[in-house]
Amino acid sequence: MILFERVTKRYRNGREALRAATFSIDRGEMVFLTGRSGAGKSTVLKLIALLERPTRGSVVVNGQNLGTLKSRHLPAYRRTLGLVFQEHRLLDDRPVFDNVALPLVVAGVAPAEMDKRVRAALDQVGLLGKERMLPNELSVGEQQRVGIARAVVAKPAVLIADEPTGNLDPGLALEVMKLFKRFQDVGVTVIVATHDLHVVHEFGQRSIVLDDGQVQGSADAPLPSMTATR
Amino acid sequence: MISGYLTHHAQALLGSVGRLARAPFATALTVLVIGLALALPLALALFVTNALNATGGFTGAVDVSVYFKPEVALSRVQQLAQSTRVRPGVASVQVISAADALEEFRQYSGFGTALAALGSNPLPNVLHVRPSPQASAPADLETLKHYLSAWPEVDVVQVDSEWVLRFNAILDLLRRVLSIAAILLGAGVLAVVGNTIRLEIQGRRTEIEVVRLVGGSNRFVRRPFLYTGTLYGLGGALLAWGMVGIAVRVLRAPVATLAQLYGSRYTLNGPGPQEIGLVLAAGVILGWLGAWVAAARHLRGIEPRA
Repeated sequence: MILFERVTKRYRNGREALRAATFSIDRGEMVFLTGRSGAGKSTVLKLIALLERPTRGSVVVNGQNLGTLKSRHLPAYRRTLGLVFQEHRLLDDRPVFDNVALPLVVAGVAPAEMDKRVRAALDQVGLLGKERMLPNELSVGEQQRVGIARAVVAKPAVLIADEPTGNLDPGLALEVMKLFKRFQDVGVTVIVATHDLHVVHEFGQRSIVLDDGQVQGSADAPLPSMTATR
Repeated sequence: MISGYLTHHAQALLGSVGRLARAPFATALTVLVIGLALALPLALALFVTNALNATGGFTGAVDVSVYFKPEVALSRVQQLAQSTRVRPGVASVQVISAADALEEFRQYSGFGTALAALGSNPLPNVLHVRPSPQASAPADLETLKHYLSAWPEVDVVQVDSEWVLRFNAILDLLRRVLSIAAILLGAGVLAVVGNTIRLEIQGRRTEIEVVRLVGGSNRFVRRPFLYTGTLYGLGGALLAWGMVGIAVRVLRAPVATLAQLYGSRYTLNGPGPQEIGLVLAAGVILGWLGAWVAAARHLRGIEPRA
């Protein structure tokens, strides 16, 4: 499903965020990307979402080598992904419904169908009934869940989350992770970058540990010796 | 797929209308500037067509004036007028007797009392010969002039074509001024729309980034801005039409009065369907183009940061 082969990413300021990183993630798998800040977690996600391109090596997603993807096909490719961010990136001047509907609007889904799917997505994250509220009127946890609803509304094959629980207290964090687990249960490939090791332990999913841009290990549970707790 | 496409356009159009309506003052200012820029060439174009119409079109407006020697009797003049009328290439012949000319002069010149002091009428009998439009070429006029000058009773034959040439030259100049003004003001409209769209793109940067993150294509991102630009252009064109229309209405009565004083029934013509169509098309095309240039230039730089 997702294959990184000796991927190196050097940013323009000379920093090497990834060094010959090699790993693979199966279809329908839920994987945690862990490691301290700056270890390269975000870079991995950016490369998958094609927000960045690798300096060397190849990234293959769903059989598509991203290095050969033409830029005019980039929007269609992004529509196969669902992205969740720590700072949720909602449009503050649009109600919850419009925010969640955006991926469907972009894909040209008919209004009736859109209404149905937005409600279904909001139902999945437990926010049904808050369609007309503005993001600022919601709690931080609710805002994050709106972001998740937006990420899954178009039924993506891959769900990517970058520190989705960074701003949430442990209880809410666990709730959000359970939500991701439910998407995995219905066949979505889920990749969560996090340094929240409690959550990682709790779920017992495979994790890929990054340190200084290199893959340090891939284990069914993280190896405490290789991951610094914050 | 087609319905999705139409839905996209409908959403973009509605979104643009809504956004413009939510900032009425800024929208009005932009539309006003575009309206003024389009109204000026439109008004100038109307001025030129009206000037053309008012003078009756110039091909038939060449007059040949035949001044007779003072001693020639009016009856002889009328005889000669008759034979001139039947000549091919002559549209009309008008006899102005010395007495009529004096009477008219007395009425309109204000020299009535001075004229009364004169013992005899100093004015000659005159024929106004108007050639048919087909026979108004300089060579034809020369032939006609020769024919008329050959009469022993004739003193002077004057071809009044010089003022026509001058007038045509002035109109030609005005048309060029009109073209230059249209080009400059059209460029102005492009700049105004382009700059307004550039500001809007900057203001909606976050939104554009998020749309790109969820897989919005370049077309999708660009579409609402193109609609906004087109709406600005259309609004400006409608405003220009309105302003010029009102100006024509306001000027119609004084122009009619002025025309009457010159013995004409001429009335000012408002912008016709052709001119209106042209100004609307210009507005729409310039608005769309200005937005397109701004979008091509400024949307490229907006890629989502992560």
